[in-house]
Amino acid sequence: MTAVLRAWIRLVRRDVRLGLSAGSDAAAALVFFIVTTALFPLGIGPEANLLARIAAGVLWVAALLANLLSMERLFATDYEDGTLDLLVLSPLPLELVALAKVAAHWLITGLPLLLIAPLMGALLGLPGPAFGTLGLALVLGTPSLSLLGGIGAALVLGTRRGGVLLALLILPLFVPVLIFAVSAIDAAAAGLTVRPHLLLLASVLALTVTCGPIACAAALRQAVR
Amino acid sequence: MLAGERLACLRSHRLIFAELSFRVGRGEVLVLTGRNGSGKSSLIRMMAGLLPPFDGRLLRDGRPVQEDPGGHRADLAYVGHLDGIKLPLTVAANLSFWAAADHHGAAGAGVEKALATWGLAPLAQMPARYLSAGQRRRLALARLLVSCRRLWLLDEPTVALDAASVDTLGQLVQQHRADGGAAVVATHAALPISDCTELSLDGFAAPMEDTIG
Repeated sequence: MTAVLRAWIRLVRRDVRLGLSAGSDAAAALVFFIVTTALFPLGIGPEANLLARIAAGVLWVAALLANLLSMERLFATDYEDGTLDLLVLSPLPLELVALAKVAAHWLITGLPLLLIAPLMGALLGLPGPAFGTLGLALVLGTPSLSLLGGIGAALVLGTRRGGVLLALLILPLFVPVLIFAVSAIDAAAAGLTVRPHLLLLASVLALTVTCGPIACAAALRQAVR
Repeated sequence: MLAGERLACLRSHRLIFAELSFRVGRGEVLVLTGRNGSGKSSLIRMMAGLLPPFDGRLLRDGRPVQEDPGGHRADLAYVGHLDGIKLPLTVAANLSFWAAADHHGAAGAGVEKALATWGLAPLAQMPARYLSAGQRRRLALARLLVSCRRLWLLDEPTVALDAASVDTLGQLVQQHRADGGAAVVATHAALPISDCTELSLDGFAAPMEDTIG
C-alpha cells in the first residue's frame, strides 16, 4: 500500500514539476481569472451595491472558465508523446494515475486561483462576512471542477477541436458546483447559515473524487486503443 | 510465455488482419514483418493489452490475459513509436521515473548502468530537449534495462538508431533471451539477432473489400 502511495506521490510531483517548467498553462489560467473578474467593474460601472451583489457569481464563473481553459492539455501532452501508453502499462492502477494527474493540475492551477480569489473579491466589493465562505467554497469546489474537467479532457483525447467539445461536455456538469458555491457565499453575505450549502458542495466533491477517476481511467483506456 | 489464437484486428471499420496465431516462449524472439499498414504496430499493442482483440484470444502462460491484466502488465516492457520522453526533464530524471514506477520504487541503481550501456552517461544531467532523435530512441530503449521485464515488445526499435546502437540492441536482445526472457520485434530492418522466428503479417491481411460496419 505504501509503495502505491509513494508511486502516486512521485507521479504528482513529476507532473507539478513539468507543469511549472512549462509554465504557460498554469499562468494562463490565473491571468485569465484575474483579467475576467477585473473586467466586470469596468463593464458594469462603479456601482458598489450591484458589484457586491454579483461578486460571488462573477468570481465563480471566472474560476470555472479558467479551470476549463487549462483543462484541455491535461492528458494531451502525455497522449502525444507516448507517456500515456506507458502510464496505462505501469503497475499503478490507471484510476490512481488519473487522480494523480488531476491533483497535480489542481496544485498548479486551482491553488493559485484560491489564493488570489480574496483579492479579486475585495476588488468587486464582496461583503466582509462572505470572505471566509468564499475560501471554503473554493477549497471544496475547485477540486470538483478539476476532477470533472479531467473526465472531459480524457474523453476528447485525439479529437480535433477538443477545446470546444470539452466546453460542451463539461460546462453542464459544472452547474451544481456553481449553484451550491454561489448560494453559500450569498448566504454568508446575507448573514444566513452556510452549512447546508457547503455540505452539498462537499457531497459533490465526495462523488467526484470517488467516481471521477474511474470514469477518467475508462476514457483513457479508450483513448490508447 | 505469450500466445495468440486466431486474433483479428479491426481499426476504423477495416479488418487489418484475421486468423492470426503466434507463440513466443522463453528464450525466443519473434520478428514481425510485413508491408506498411499490415498491422505490426496494432499486433504489438494488442500483445501489450492496450488494444483489445476484435476476435480471438491472447494467452499468457496458457491462461487468458483478461483473467489477470495486472500480472500481464507486470510482465512486459513496451517500446512503441513514441518515446514517452519528457523534454524539460533531464535524461537521468526521465529514466529514473520509469525505473521507480515499474518497480514501485525499488530500483534506482540500474539507471546509471542502463545509461552507460546506451552511451548516454555523459548526457545524464542534460534536459532531454537537447537530445537527437537517435539519442531519444536510445533513452526509450534504456527503459528495457531498468524495468527488468521478461517480455519485451519492441515496435520499430531501430528507427533513427545508428549502426553501433543497432548492434547494442541486438546484443541486449541476445542477453535477454539467454536470461530466459522473450522478445517480439516489429521491424523492417534486419536485426543482428540469430535464430529468431519470423512472422509475416502479409499472409493474414484481410481483403480490402472485406469491411465491417
